[in-house]
Amino acid sequence: MIKNLICVACPLGCPIEVEVDGTQVVSVKGNTCKRGDEYARTEITNPVRSLTTSVKLEGGMHPVVPVKSSGAIPKDKMFQCMEAINSVTIKAPVKIGDVVVENILGLGVDIVATNCDSGK
Amino acid sequence: MLNYDLVVVGGGPAGMAAALKAKEEGVEKVVILERAETLGGILEQCIHTGFGLHYFGEELSGPEYAGRFIEQVENTDIDVYTDTMVLNVSDSNVVTAVNNKDGLLQFQAIAVVLAMGCRERPRGALSIAGSRPAGIMTAGTAQKYVNIDGYMPGKKVVILGSGDIGLIMARRMTLEGAEVKVVCELMPYSGGLQRNIVQCLDDFGIPLRLSCTVVKTHGKDRLEGITIANVDERLKPIPGTEEYIECDTLLLSVGLIPENELSKDAGVDLDMITNGPVVDEYRETLRPGVFACGNVLQVHDLVDYVTEESQIAGKGAADYIFGKKKGGTFINTKGINGVRYVVPQRVNIEGEKKLKLYFRVGQVFKGARVVVECDGEVLSSRKKVKLAPGEMENVVITPEMLKKMNKDSEIIVRVEE
Repeated sequence: MIKNLICVACPLGCPIEVEVDGTQVVSVKGNTCKRGDEYARTEITNPVRSLTTSVKLEGGMHPVVPVKSSGAIPKDKMFQCMEAINSVTIKAPVKIGDVVVENILGLGVDIVATNCDSGK
Repeated sequence: MLNYDLVVVGGGPAGMAAALKAKEEGVEKVVILERAETLGGILEQCIHTGFGLHYFGEELSGPEYAGRFIEQVENTDIDVYTDTMVLNVSDSNVVTAVNNKDGLLQFQAIAVVLAMGCRERPRGALSIAGSRPAGIMTAGTAQKYVNIDGYMPGKKVVILGSGDIGLIMARRMTLEGAEVKVVCELMPYSGGLQRNIVQCLDDFGIPLRLSCTVVKTHGKDRLEGITIANVDERLKPIPGTEEYIECDTLLLSVGLIPENELSKDAGVDLDMITNGPVVDEYRETLRPGVFACGNVLQVHDLVDYVTEESQIAGKGAADYIFGKKKGGTFINTKGINGVRYVVPQRVNIEGEKKLKLYFRVGQVFKGARVVVECDGEVLSSRKKVKLAPGEMENVVITPEMLKKMNKDSEIIVRVEE
């Protein structure tokens, strides 16, 4: 079976054609870089996305600080991760790269701050 | 009066890159004037990733991308005034600004870089019928509420406009628990990146309706619903296709307008298409010593290109300050046959460096060629898999090409199907 995907690895958005046999990827065509090949294979077997959101901040200049997942997380775990992140409140000061939630849901991925807030 | 070599209006990615480049070139007294509380500009609220792939070779979020430049600015002696609003740039390059600490400030500059960015087209520009209930705002306003103020502006959302900001906000609102019912797009194609349609809409099962617009809003104090309708080829709503959708929030992502009030007051000539200043390849406007870069010059889709462009402006300003900027013979560039505009609008044919002309097309083209010609001679012709209005393109002009031109030449960029 042929599956058509749009690569989300970078803003280019290459149209990719993947030949699939059951759950096995037979071939990947249309990608213009290695990341596209990787994307197509994981998209068929175990689709993942990086997650960006914000977390509550106490004593900061702003009431929230943006965060991201340090690596990709399974697509179907997105909302569970959101729930876990939304139950956390951290304290200022915070700087870029600070770990906000370690090993979220045991997925082997950390949630890290992507902005600094030196506090009020 | 405070004396500076270079005054940069705006502390977003454009202003910071221009200031840093000028500093690197040896300009001594540089100041950045920023209206918001912090440097960083709109990137501060763009918490999604996708920034920096070209410039840093890695994928960063907006605040991270801005953070790298903020750190560099902090490590120099560039002066920064935040919470400071520039009111006027005079004929003699006196920049008047105001803040609540110093009161009225006046800066005498040798050169000025305009880097004020752009703003979103508001509801008022759309003429949608209905009263003015709460719950109707631009996508960028909602983005600030959610990502900076930690406040969710609604629960049931419709988004008009499928540009990248609209798509990004569809995902953001969904992740935070809102129900995004539909994204409507007036045009028969989306103005956003393909990857954003996949990861912001398809991932969450949010429908994208093309050739469709909002014709009426309902509700008096709070938005209660909207009426959408399909549009014909002339973008006019088709009677009988109206459909009511219950929602409490309508986000508008319907275009960006360069913020050029200061430029106009300063007597800088604007391009009717880009709504930004007319500039040459050094990003100098028609007013000597006044430069422009970033979204105030032309709306960009990638910040990496803003940085690139702003470094050119910073270098140009430095050359101007040091008196190194020679005159030249300037000719015009022009976009025809599908090419809406070309920036820079003027090119020095005595220039000795390779330069890039940036442009946007007016519609989607597949497998067409981008042709550059001058005086009837084709200078370059390149086949492109796809050209879309949402994606800025560029062509290269080499010094060898410039040598063949004279003062009456015109560089033309066009699409050939």
